[in-house]
Amino acid sequence: MDNRQKEIDNLKDYKYGFTTDIENTRAPKGLNEDVIRFISNIKKEPQWMLEFRLKAFERFKQLKEPDWQKPKYPKIDYQDLYYYSAPKSMKDKPKNLDDLDPKLLETYKKLGIPLQEQKRLNGIAVDAVFDSVSVATTFREELTKQGIIFCPISEAIQNHPELVKKYLGSVIPVTDHFFATLNSAVFTDGSFAYIPEGVRCPMELSTYFRINASNTGQFERTLIVADKGSYVSYLEGCTAPMRDENQLHAANVELVALDDAEIKYSTVQNWYPGDKDGKGGIYNFVTKRGLCKGKNSKISWTQVETGSAITWKYPSCILKGDNSVGEFYSIAITNNHQKADTGTKMIHLGKNTKSKIISKGISAGFSDMTYRGLVDISSKATNSNNYTQCDSLLMGNKCGAHTVPYIKNKNSESNIAHEATTSKISEEQLHYCQQRGLSAEEAVGLIVNGFCKEVLQQLPMEFAVEAQKLVGISLEGSVG
Amino acid sequence: MLKINKLNAKIDSKEILKEFSLNINPGEVHAIMGPNGSGKSTLSNILSGKKGYEVSGEVLFEEKDLFEFETEERAHKGIFLAFQYPLEIPGVNTNIFLKTSLNAVRKARGEKELDAIEFLKLVKEKSKELKFDEEKLNRQLNVGFSGGEKKKNEILQMSLLAPKLSILDETDSGLDIDALKIVADGVNTLRDNKNSFLIITHYQRLLDYIKPDFVHVLMDGKIVKSGGAELALELEKKGYENFH
Repeated sequence: MDNRQKEIDNLKDYKYGFTTDIENTRAPKGLNEDVIRFISNIKKEPQWMLEFRLKAFERFKQLKEPDWQKPKYPKIDYQDLYYYSAPKSMKDKPKNLDDLDPKLLETYKKLGIPLQEQKRLNGIAVDAVFDSVSVATTFREELTKQGIIFCPISEAIQNHPELVKKYLGSVIPVTDHFFATLNSAVFTDGSFAYIPEGVRCPMELSTYFRINASNTGQFERTLIVADKGSYVSYLEGCTAPMRDENQLHAANVELVALDDAEIKYSTVQNWYPGDKDGKGGIYNFVTKRGLCKGKNSKISWTQVETGSAITWKYPSCILKGDNSVGEFYSIAITNNHQKADTGTKMIHLGKNTKSKIISKGISAGFSDMTYRGLVDISSKATNSNNYTQCDSLLMGNKCGAHTVPYIKNKNSESNIAHEATTSKISEEQLHYCQQRGLSAEEAVGLIVNGFCKEVLQQLPMEFAVEAQKLVGISLEGSVG
Repeated sequence: MLKINKLNAKIDSKEILKEFSLNINPGEVHAIMGPNGSGKSTLSNILSGKKGYEVSGEVLFEEKDLFEFETEERAHKGIFLAFQYPLEIPGVNTNIFLKTSLNAVRKARGEKELDAIEFLKLVKEKSKELKFDEEKLNRQLNVGFSGGEKKKNEILQMSLLAPKLSILDETDSGLDIDALKIVADGVNTLRDNKNSFLIITHYQRLLDYIKPDFVHVLMDGKIVKSGGAELALELEKKGYENFH
């Protein structure tokens, strides 16, 4: 019994919670024009990029922090944060992966993301972002052969200005809401991908985000453009050390799909969730938006959200092209004192546009989960439809689950269907499984994975297995 | 195999079992009969490890204190309960549940876990024996199953796990005669000189097909009379009233 308890305790520990001891270059503390110029300067950005940032900052100063969300948090002092932090060794970016600081290589190895050539993950190109910089991108040459650009966004700004200028801010304008605008002003790094016309990207592209430095906000920016008739599947993973303070992560992700293009974007979010009493953890306030710009285009979001003290995000699709398709598949798990307010927005503008929302929320412990989603069918979006299915699973009786759908249908020839269920894992179900030889933890894993199956199936194979394990681990200790 | 010595059980300070004693040897089939509220289901719940009861007394399974073991450990050691009301588990595929259960038990017993192909072969064979509709194996566990199908599913699981002690808690209630015969066949196939059964029932009907070695009458938390198979027939004729 003692051994079993130990095993459970070990699993409950956040295994990515270590810190890498590394020397950093930081921007001066606080948020002002000088800091923005500092970031732009250290990234050797062209003038237009600096102007983009400053324009956003002007707008930001007029915006008020929103407070309509369900999870409340203590006021963030934006002047008490560092907006740029990067390992010193990254100042002159090493040309070769083998020249990378061994501490960084070691960090990613520990996270299960080997970067060196001989050990790289098969069939997955990885961009590794450490605090405010991208430290390595694998498989670049192979991708270049097909005309695919996959690189840190800071490099894309220098090497592919025409593409970045055209699409950056085209889905999330610099004048958008508070956190998105803050990101536009101070974003540091992230990934850029461009898939040329007619190319089917031969491997998964992925970015692995790691927050390491303390007292630092992480503001990444990711931009993915799929040109006509192209296809790409992109994965994103995130972890952070265990710290007593809360850290802000406010990323912007923009996707653009042109005619007949398809983007599949998957996230496995495992930021540090705080300890079991709710101390520490990441504030994950992220803006993700995809534009189905061309006809017959498709954008599909899949997210597995298990980490963070507070998750607050609505990966959305703007279905502008006729016959375009938007999908949102989500598993959100909150345990202990975690909170989440997440869902999606499906904005139907084009004719014959379709959207599908499958949301699975699981709450345990003292946590609180809200699904919030908007389906908006405009008057011009004739013959469009949405199907929403929103299921909540509760464990214990101290947690909460809420469903807040906003439905606007301005076209009489279009329709919206919404289904919602709430269920609870009962003591009787657990006893039944245990009588058949499963431990309580195994029983919960089985029931929860059954509940999430529809969403897990959407993940690329390599991630699905990991995600399934993560789902189990996130709920360890929530029964018995 | 199972020795119950002066077992007392309370729930919400209400006494349900009072100084209950029973001894089951390997290979024996015992039937417990009694009216509603006599403590039959409490007995099967306690033996399976269900929480919420205040218990005293002694229960030994293969000479070891049963209360030392968690529910799943009891299952690993070979105790199986066919539930009176089998649970529905939405989202969980029946085949996956059966395979996970079988492999958990095999692993605990130090046996090789079955891979998907080996398992499917076994489960198809057993389903055929028990006339269990194979199509149900790909459905969510017990969801939308009729009462009879749920009970057959219990017997299918019993036959897969091959337990040493099987407890059947009113498995016969709500079954038509064909289903009753299938349940009985399941038990009789598993019956040998090592495996034991505890059959809890209201009626002697099931005992026409599973001939018990011993019949016990449970009234108000204790056994008031024990005898052979003929006792069940006597009960059927006279009713429980005459045993007060």
